[in-house]
Amino acid sequence: MDKNIYVTGIGIISAIGDNVAETLDSVRKQKSGIGSLDNIETRHKNDIPVGEVKHTNAELSKLLGFSPETKITRTTLLGIVAAKEAMESAGIKDVKEFRTGLISANSVGGMAMTEMYYKDFLNPEKKGDFVDYILNHDCGDSTEAIANVLGIKDHISTISTACSSSANSIMLGARLIKNNIVDRVIVGGTDSLSKFTINGFMTLMILDKEKCKPFDAERKGLNLGEGAGFIVLESEKAAAGKEILCELSGYGNANDAYHQTASSPTGEGAYLAMEKAFKVSGLKPADIDYINAHGTGTGVNDLSEGTAIERLFGNKVPAISSTKAFTGHTLGACGGIEAVLSVLAIKYNMVYPNLNLVHQMSELTFTPVKELSTDKPINHVLSNSFGFGGNSSALIFSRH
Amino acid sequence: MEAYIRGTGIVSPQKTFNTHDFLTEPVEYTTNSLRCIEPVYTEFLNPILARRMGRIIKMGIAASSICLKDGGVPIPDAIITGTALGCHEDTEKFLLAIIDNEEQFLTPTSFMQSTHNTVSSQIALQLKCMNYNFTYVHKGFSFESALLDGMMMLEEAGIHNVLIGGHDEMTEKHFKITSRVGYWKEENVPTMEIINSKTEGSISGEGAGFFLLSNQKSETDYAKLLAVKMIYQPENQKDVQSEIIELLKEKNLTPEDIDCVMYGISGDVRFDDIYYNLQKAVFGNSTSVYFKHLSGEYQTVSSFAMWEAAMILKTQTIPVCILIGENKKKEIKNVLIYNTYMNTYHTVSLLSKC
Repeated sequence: MDKNIYVTGIGIISAIGDNVAETLDSVRKQKSGIGSLDNIETRHKNDIPVGEVKHTNAELSKLLGFSPETKITRTTLLGIVAAKEAMESAGIKDVKEFRTGLISANSVGGMAMTEMYYKDFLNPEKKGDFVDYILNHDCGDSTEAIANVLGIKDHISTISTACSSSANSIMLGARLIKNNIVDRVIVGGTDSLSKFTINGFMTLMILDKEKCKPFDAERKGLNLGEGAGFIVLESEKAAAGKEILCELSGYGNANDAYHQTASSPTGEGAYLAMEKAFKVSGLKPADIDYINAHGTGTGVNDLSEGTAIERLFGNKVPAISSTKAFTGHTLGACGGIEAVLSVLAIKYNMVYPNLNLVHQMSELTFTPVKELSTDKPINHVLSNSFGFGGNSSALIFSRH
Repeated sequence: MEAYIRGTGIVSPQKTFNTHDFLTEPVEYTTNSLRCIEPVYTEFLNPILARRMGRIIKMGIAASSICLKDGGVPIPDAIITGTALGCHEDTEKFLLAIIDNEEQFLTPTSFMQSTHNTVSSQIALQLKCMNYNFTYVHKGFSFESALLDGMMMLEEAGIHNVLIGGHDEMTEKHFKITSRVGYWKEENVPTMEIINSKTEGSISGEGAGFFLLSNQKSETDYAKLLAVKMIYQPENQKDVQSEIIELLKEKNLTPEDIDCVMYGISGDVRFDDIYYNLQKAVFGNSTSVYFKHLSGEYQTVSSFAMWEAAMILKTQTIPVCILIGENKKKEIKNVLIYNTYMNTYHTVSLLSKC
C-alpha cells in the first residue's frame, strides 16, 4: 500500500487566468482576480465582488473548439478547460495505454442552468431546447462530459462534500492507485458561480462586500469565485520516464461533527485531517515549508483553521497564506485549484502572498506571508480544504 | 478486498424497517411514482430538529441508525454515502424562493441543508463521529462508488467498520421535470404488472439504504460482499457480459456458481432487453430475481437490491414477489446484482453466503 503517487500534470482556470501560464503570471504580479460580476444576472450584482472567469459560455465553448450553440453548462466548460490542460501537460496521448480514471467534484452541478430555466422546466406548455438542460442538473453530469471529451472510461466518479469536494477527489485518486484500481487518474473539481450559491451565502451573511481579507483581524467574509483545477496522479509504472512535478505524499479527511455550516472554535476536524495527512506521509509538521490555507476570510473559518494549525505546529508555523484573495472561494473547485498552486509552489519555490492582510489577528501568533517569496526552497506543501457539514481535508505535496 | 455485511437499515416504499419480515406481503401500488413508507422520526431524532430537516435527511438518519443498531456498532470508522440528487427537496425550496421572491427575504435553512453531503454530515453530527466522511454524487455509480470506497477503507490500518449508504428522494416537482425527458411511464401500473408493461419509461422511486461493512466476521453477518464493479458506457452488451465473467473469474467463480441473479428490470421497454439478454447468454441456470417494481427506479436503487441480496443469503429464502420464473436452487451461495441506469452506467455487485 505504500506506493508513491506522482503528480505529472496540472491544469487550471480561474479568475486569475485561463491556464497555468496565465495563473503564474498573475501570482507573480500579485494581481487579484476579484472584481465585478458580469456573467450572471442577479439583484446582488453590485453588492458583492467575485472571482469570475471573464468569459461568457459561448467564449468558453469557442476556446474549446465547440460550437457556441452546444448545450454545455459553465461548470462543465470550466472543467473541460482545466482537465484537458492537465492531461496535455502530463503528456498523455493514448488514454488506453494505462487504466485511466477521472474523479471530479463540484458543489451544485448544473445549477447555473437549472436556475435559469427552472420555471420553464415546470411548465409543460413551454417547449424548446432548454429541456436538454434537465439532464445536466446532476452533479455527475459534468464529470461524464469531461470524461467523454478526454476519452476516459476505466473509472469515473464525482464527489460532493461542499468546499472540500475537490481535495477529496484528489485523495480518492491516490487511494485508487494504491489499491491497484487505476494506474493513473485525473483528479480535481469544477464549479461555476450561480445565483443559487450567491443567494445562499448572502443568507448566511458571510460574504464580504469588499475584497476578502483572509486572516485579517477585520475580515468580513469571503468572496465567491469560480473555476476548475485538475492534477494528474500516476503510479510509478505509468509515470516511468516522465517529468514528475512532485508527489502527493499525504492526505487525510475527518469530520468536525460540530455544526452543519460553521466550524468548531478549536478546529477539531481540521486538526484531525492534518494529523492524518502527516501520518500517511510519514512527515512531521517541521518538514512543511508552506501551508496553503483554506483561509476563506470568514470570521469563523480563519479562527478555527488558525487555531488548529497552532495546535499542530505550535509556535513554529511555517510560511502560510490563503490564495482566496486571488481567486475567490471557488467552492467545489478550490481543492483542485489550490492543489495546482501547491504543485507550482514546489516547482518554482514560491510562497504566495496573503493579499489584503493588514491587521494581525489577536487570537493567533502567526502572521501569513504578505509578499511573494521565491528565494526559499519549498519541498513540502500542506493544502487545507474545509466544507459544510464539518468536512475537513488536508493534502501534502512533496518534492520528488 | 472483501467485506462482511454486519448490519442493514432500509427505508423504502416497502415495509423494510422495524420488521423481520422479508417481503412476504409486499405493499402493492398502482402508480408511476413510489414514495417511501417513513418511520416515526421521533424515535431517531429530537422533534425540533426533525421539524427543520428535509425528508431525505430524516430518512437517511433513520436508516443509518437502524443499520448501526442492527450491526451492534455505535460509531463507525467511516461514513460514506452515495446520492445522485442529494437533498433535492431543500435545493428546490431554496431555488423556488430565489425565483419567486426575486432574490429577497430568503432564509438560510434550506440552503444549508441543500448541500449534497448533508445526510452523511448530519449522521456524523448526530453520532459525534469525527471519522472519514465522504459523499459520492455520480448518477448511477453513486452507491457503488461509496461501496468501493468502503471496501478500500477496510484495507486500511485501524479501520474495522464502515457505514455505507445510498439515498435519493423524489419530489413532486422533480418528477414532473424528469417526466419531460421520458424517464417515467405515463400510465399508472400495478406493482406486479410492471415487469410485463412493455411501455417506455419506468416507475419512479426513492429510498435510503444503509449497510455496516466490516472486515471482521461475526455470528450475525448477513452476507459477504466479494466485489463491486462499475462499467461506464460499454460499447455493447457483449462487453458487459465479458466484464461480468471476468469479475467472476477473479473470484474463482463461473456463471454456474451464481445461484441467484438480481436484475434491474424496470419495465422500461427501452432497456429491459439488456437484462434478458444477459440472462439468456450467461445466467440461464441461475434463479432470476428483480426488484425495481417494489422500490421504483432511482439512481441509488442498487442499495435496495443489496438489502434484498443480503436478506436472501441470510434467510436462504427468495420472496415469491421478486422471483422471475422459479427458484431453481435449494441453497443460495452466491448472488449477483446487475443494474444499469439508462444504459450508460452499469454496475455489478457480488455477494456470497457467510
